[in-house]
Amino acid sequence: MSVASRSDFRHGRWHRRWLGPIFGLVCCAATCSGVIVLAILLGSIVAAALSGPPDHPWYAFSAQVSELWGLIRRLAQSTQSSSDPTIAGFKVGIVGSLWLLGLVAVVGIPVGVAAGVYLEEYARPGRIRSFIQTNIANLAGVPSIVYGILGLALFVRAFGMKAVAMGPSLLAGVLTLSLLILPIIVLTTQEALRAVPQSLRQAAIGLGATRWQVVSGHVLPSALPGIMTGTILGLSRAIGETAPLLMVGAAGSLLRLPRGPLDRYTALPVEIYKYARLPNQGFQTVAAGGILILVAMLLTMNAIAIVIRNRYRRYY
Amino acid sequence: MSLSPPRPERPPVEPTAEVPPESLTRPADPIVLSCRALRVWYGTALALRDISIDIPRNQITALIGPSGCGKSTLLRCFNRMNDLINGARMDGEIRFDGQVISGPDIDKVSLRRRIGMVFQKPNPFPKSIYNNVAWGARINGYRGDMDVLVERSLRRAALWDEVKNKLDRSGLDLSGGQQQRLCIARTLAVEPEVILMDEPCSALDPISTARVEDLMDDLKKDYTIVIVTHNMQQARRVSDMTACLMLDDSSTEGHRTGILAEFSPTNLLFTNPKDKRTEAYITGRIG
Ligand SMILES: Nc1ncnc2c1ncn2[C@@H]1O[C@H](COP(=O)(O)OP(=O)(O)OP(=O)(O)O)[C@@H](O)[C@H]1O
Ligand SMILES: [Mg+2]
Repeated sequence: MSVASRSDFRHGRWHRRWLGPIFGLVCCAATCSGVIVLAILLGSIVAAALSGPPDHPWYAFSAQVSELWGLIRRLAQSTQSSSDPTIAGFKVGIVGSLWLLGLVAVVGIPVGVAAGVYLEEYARPGRIRSFIQTNIANLAGVPSIVYGILGLALFVRAFGMKAVAMGPSLLAGVLTLSLLILPIIVLTTQEALRAVPQSLRQAAIGLGATRWQVVSGHVLPSALPGIMTGTILGLSRAIGETAPLLMVGAAGSLLRLPRGPLDRYTALPVEIYKYARLPNQGFQTVAAGGILILVAMLLTMNAIAIVIRNRYRRYY
Repeated sequence: MSLSPPRPERPPVEPTAEVPPESLTRPADPIVLSCRALRVWYGTALALRDISIDIPRNQITALIGPSGCGKSTLLRCFNRMNDLINGARMDGEIRFDGQVISGPDIDKVSLRRRIGMVFQKPNPFPKSIYNNVAWGARINGYRGDMDVLVERSLRRAALWDEVKNKLDRSGLDLSGGQQQRLCIARTLAVEPEVILMDEPCSALDPISTARVEDLMDDLKKDYTIVIVTHNMQQARRVSDMTACLMLDDSSTEGHRTGILAEFSPTNLLFTNPKDKRTEAYITGRIG
């Protein structure tokens, strides 16, 4: 073996000097592409507003806002109609979505978090674990319509076994959506648990803590902000889903609120979809209003996730 | 030597399932921990070979030796923390107060309460100072007055005066040296019989180091301490017995195996080492 001489270090100078900035530029361009599209979108909206009739000057802005607010309130409070856009609304869908949200949280979160804790803290590393792990990662990328078909076969029809088939009930929708977000919750839970330093576990084990005491006393509290953010993001995915709910039979037109988990139901995105397909022009406004309500719900949930992530300090 | 790593024949494990809760009934054995023919593998790599050592009660035993010779590994065998590492196996016999603790079916959880551990890097819980000390006692079912226990433990760890006015602040807000003493206080709070310390001062400045050393001297009245250190002066200053581990030169396999080169009273080992390699190591010629 010979000692490296100074001339051995000649190579790669060009790379080192230029590759970094070039890579930086490429990344910057990628970021800008999103920003540019957003700017065009906003710009066209503002341009459309400005090019409106001159009797709509800016001082009418507040009047428009209250008008919009009135529309949204009306939409949120009235039930369905497929003939008259002035009395059509999303009350049944909003209530249905809230039912779904609550029940999916009750079903999906405990199962998902528990599965994540098991895989990360209890399961021995090995073939079986990495097999399950790979499959969960793959499931997180499966299109939601596939979950809809699965839910249809498994919950709604129960493979033709009439006695246990749930039919197009709220429960079938809840179970389908829970399956849909389960991989997301399991993966984010595992991610959060992996971020807990090993030294913390060792400290607790060294004091004579049982595994349950280590997990419940230190690992879960440390991982909680991460788990909660992932969970809320999973839930907001569930609330926005349309396709799987159409598959498992969320009703398009329903005039009364669901009375229980076995009742028929509909959901906000499903109703938006139905309204948007109606020929009457007036329903386009209704659908647009419904989209605003849905976006508001999603933004609220994401805001809660961010607040939790920022507020929850390391010190508990 | 054969090329394939030796597969140990596990000796038949004696049916000593439980570690008794306390050993108050028997007269104290002067040897608190002893191991015989201990071997440890990580996967197929033999990390420690033929370790036989007797740790005396109420004394400080130092483990010294070059990096990678298995000092931490030996320490982790005593409280069975090695069992947490995937692929780690051991064979041979370790006794604690005369009870075999190297078998597969001993109660490791209660063993670890009786043999506490302080780690190289201070690792306080992200909890308040008070709860850092109280947690271990609480999970072990302590029924007495918690405030008294917390104060006593912090006093013994020479930390009380610095933190008595901010017990509800996070343990992570302390300096490194204070954190390490907090970890010692946390260990003391569960009333162990032996304290294993893995390079407890390696992250500390000389003043904090001196405080921890004073502390150890004070603690040895009630506890047995085993300390791993890379600092020869520290080993000389604090310990009564010193064990020098070395890398096995005769090992032809791809990995490095640690063996016990010498184990004798500290002043003897440092003034008149019997083993050539020990002498070379402590005088700074190898390692
Ligand atoms: N978790 C592990 N997995 C595999 N091998 C390990 C593991 N921990 C230690 N080893 C191996 O065991 C041998 C002894 O390691 P150990 O950490 O006990 O050494 P050490 O004497 O404490 O060294 P240092 O003074 O640097 O801390 C090393 O060769 C190391 O590679
Ligand atoms: Mg070490």
